[in-house]
Amino acid sequence: MRGAPRERPDRGLRGGGAPIATVAVLRFPGSLDHHSAARAVEGLGAHAVTAWHADPELPAGTDAVLLPGGFSYGDHLRCGAIASRAPIMAAVRRHADAGGRVVGICNGFQVLCEAGLLPGALRRNATLSFVCRQMDLEVADDGTPWTGGVPGGGTLSIPVKNNEGAWYGDPATARVVLRYRDDLLGSTDRVAGVTNDAGNVMGLMPHPEEACDPLLGSVDGRLVLGGLLA
Amino acid sequence: MTQVVVTVMPKAGVLDPQGQAVAGALAQLGFGGVGEVRIGKRIELAISGDDPAGQARAMCEGLLANALIEDYAVEVLP
Repeated sequence: MRGAPRERPDRGLRGGGAPIATVAVLRFPGSLDHHSAARAVEGLGAHAVTAWHADPELPAGTDAVLLPGGFSYGDHLRCGAIASRAPIMAAVRRHADAGGRVVGICNGFQVLCEAGLLPGALRRNATLSFVCRQMDLEVADDGTPWTGGVPGGGTLSIPVKNNEGAWYGDPATARVVLRYRDDLLGSTDRVAGVTNDAGNVMGLMPHPEEACDPLLGSVDGRLVLGGLLA
Repeated sequence: MTQVVVTVMPKAGVLDPQGQAVAGALAQLGFGGVGEVRIGKRIELAISGDDPAGQARAMCEGLLANALIEDYAVEVLP
């Protein structure tokens, strides 16, 4: 995996046209969901390339960045803590500071919070158990590119699968985009996803890449990942 | 090498479901008189240099603790 980003010349094309954007999918030791995330963004017509945690720069031509789910560095110390200090994260920070789109899913959300690119922190679920189920999410802020034009109060159906998915933070100062309809994990104010103030960096515990195919019961994840390309 | 012990605890007011579960289990076992239980971690460091306590504090700020949800204490062992 080390070295040049993996090319997928056979994918990322929709209707035979050129890819509409290049999305760098980060990979840390312990990342799990990079394949499904890459497949999901390619389904949106983008080109997915892999960025390795030790790389000092994002792949050339990167338009947007996706931090996938998993258990980077075995969740040691705190989930996302060690990954947030990896060399590639300096490049992600520069990309975000320049206004580039970044989305962190599950462990990727934890990494972005630990890196200070998003407000808050993720803690152990109040259930003290791994929660894996479809969740209804309420759109709390429809002014970001991450909800595909669904108006405030609208609902998205996207699954969660995590052990440390309870967001802790100040919902009065954080820009909350998605809330769980049901308070299952113990998140402050039922928060499921937040952006930075500018709205170009998004993090959420639910897995939009697992809700991109009708076979999986919902395609609402496409609305979230569409924010990478908007 | 100086032995330094760092204790990291969830901040007061931050939900500690682990501590709550242990408190419930203790009560179930018949241990009365247990109020709140909170669970943190202890990190033992062997540090060289002139200012092991200062170094340990810098490590806490930089990695070992998340100031949003955790407090830390540094103890230099004799």
